[in-house]
Amino acid sequence: MAEGHASPNYWLIWLYLFILTVTEIAVIFTPVAKLLIVIALVSLALVKATLVAAYFMHLRFEARTLALIALTPLFLGALLIFILIPDHSAVAHKTADSVKVAPAAGHR
Amino acid sequence: MSQVATMHPGTEPAESPLTPESWGKLGMWIFLVGDAMGFGTLLAAYGAMRFGSADWPNPYQRLGINLTAFMTFLLICSSVTMVKGLEGVKNGQRRIAQIYLLLTIIGGAGFLGLQAFEWTKLINEGLKIFGNPWGASLFGTTFFIITGFHGLHVTGGVIYLSVMLALVSKPTTALGTGWTYNVVEISGLYWHFVDLVWIMVFTFIYLL
Repeated sequence: MAEGHASPNYWLIWLYLFILTVTEIAVIFTPVAKLLIVIALVSLALVKATLVAAYFMHLRFEARTLALIALTPLFLGALLIFILIPDHSAVAHKTADSVKVAPAAGHR
Repeated sequence: MSQVATMHPGTEPAESPLTPESWGKLGMWIFLVGDAMGFGTLLAAYGAMRFGSADWPNPYQRLGINLTAFMTFLLICSSVTMVKGLEGVKNGQRRIAQIYLLLTIIGGAGFLGLQAFEWTKLINEGLKIFGNPWGASLFGTTFFIITGFHGLHVTGGVIYLSVMLALVSKPTTALGTGWTYNVVEISGLYWHFVDLVWIMVFTFIYLL
């Protein structure tokens, strides 16, 4: 790896990351549906993370298998979200600190 | 097998299959994957708690993103200075490598200073690990645990990079593409990972 590839233009990557960060901040003040904002922000963050991993961490120039290993936490994260979704639907209502429901009072 | 061993003298018996330069690099990658799972779990738990809460404050109105946007900028810059420092090691330019590594350390230390300032400000405003004046108390808990866990990683990184700077500064350390390059590159992997995690933390904790 040390001399196996030409160095990428790191300042260009820096510029991309900078522009993407500014875009992220602009996105949260855009007057569109919250869901769209969430999708935009998560996508932008994933693009930024990919840039860092691929160029700064040289993952683009490593064995393909190493990139696959590096991706495994993303699968775990996605899996966790799916594991936690049933919890949300099992809770009938959202709870707030100010209106804590007394445990087992009126339920069942 | 013995032929391979004689072709590559040293303490390691054979080449690492995924990172031919060294086993250490593969070791760092595996550590980072595990660490990423830790952060992933924290962020997924954060999402679940926030989704189940009716009075979660709007983070960017309460936490003040101007400062954290600058902290993000600082970490991104320190990632560039890290790769530039590594390039200096590769090209045998000790002075360049030293300057860029020092800039990287300053970036990390600056990040920590700003985080301490931010925490102090929020604590004075009433945000506690077990309480939050603006609604759900878990907002305070998740904020301090997740940014604190990341801050610890930055602290570790600053110490790690200081050791690397000392190593590169020693006149007896041979630069070039050999062992030193490999060791500094591994420390760089850790540093970029800390930057990468901050990108996620910034998005999920501050912006969303």
